[in-house]
Amino acid sequence: MAKTKRIIITILLRLLAFGATLSATVVMVTSHESAEVMNIKFSAKYSNSPTFKFYVTAEAIATGYGLIVLFLSSRRSFDRLIVILDVVIALTLTSSISAALAVAQIGKKGDTHAGWLPVCNQVPKFCDHVTGALIAGFVAAIVYLVLNLYSLHVFLTPLFPV
Amino acid sequence: MALQSGEKLPMFIGHIWSKQKSRWTLLGLRLLAFLAAAAATLVMVLNKQTKTFVVATIGTTPVNLTLTAKFHHTPAFVFFAIANGLVSIHNLVMIMMDLLGSKLNYKGFQFPMIASLDMLNLALVSGGANAAAFMAELGKNGNSHARWDKICDKFGPYCDRGAGALIASFLALALMLLISFLSILNHKLVNSSSHNSHNNIIALPN
Repeated sequence: MAKTKRIIITILLRLLAFGATLSATVVMVTSHESAEVMNIKFSAKYSNSPTFKFYVTAEAIATGYGLIVLFLSSRRSFDRLIVILDVVIALTLTSSISAALAVAQIGKKGDTHAGWLPVCNQVPKFCDHVTGALIAGFVAAIVYLVLNLYSLHVFLTPLFPV
Repeated sequence: MALQSGEKLPMFIGHIWSKQKSRWTLLGLRLLAFLAAAAATLVMVLNKQTKTFVVATIGTTPVNLTLTAKFHHTPAFVFFAIANGLVSIHNLVMIMMDLLGSKLNYKGFQFPMIASLDMLNLALVSGGANAAAFMAELGKNGNSHARWDKICDKFGPYCDRGAGALIASFLALALMLLISFLSILNHKLVNSSSHNSHNNIIALPN
């Protein structure tokens, strides 16, 4: 009974994380907008910034990993490897979301000390698109963290007299 | 966990990880991680540079403009400093608990607490280091599409000190990853020896 409950919770969490990473990747890749301001053409794509390219790569890797693990989660022999890989993927997701958030915050508010103007006034739809992708990535990072703590709890419980 | 000095597990092929040696190895690694994270915090917090630029010349007198680069102008660096500070406090508390905590008795609860806290602080330091790394990349290369100029050619020493803090933080990240895995592995090894199951001994190189 406890074992089926454990399997159901794990599969639900993994499905949620898979959906979140997939939507983050797709929304970020399809975000582009062009605007003409005083004869200067502003064209904003995700590939203009190395940080967003890193973000898309990390989320895509996490999506592929989630898909593979969803099909493998019934096999016993991969348990330890999956726990270790889960920790690595959760770390990658947190780092990519924090890097993308840092750059997106500069894009929205600018940096007066460095002389960088905010770009969200010229390309507002691009900014909204990127915000959506960042929210999905944030949810994915939190779900992976919860999944890790749950696997730790399940993995370590048989060793305790508690 | 009561300490038996120099207790060795039953001999198998290859080297065996004795309990005493692994405890001191883990303690040494935690000390290194604490030093690295504390160094990263200190270098970032004390990072400041003032520079005077000549903007125009009126007649024969130059018009000067003084600009200062401080770490708290950039929110990513503030987050970096806070994250590394918290991680160094965590490592310090863990060292103290290891050295002085054997008198406290909360047997079942101690290990999951340490493992979860280790994992959470690992995520924290990873987030802080990466946010600061990409912000530093933006400062070094600029972004021509958004018309953001690079600033590292004007404020060279500021950028160099920031790079040093980043390297220390990534070192702390690698050490914390190693510490997390080693402490879980160590605990599993110790418990399976105390339950006397010979089949589960993991042999590690010395």
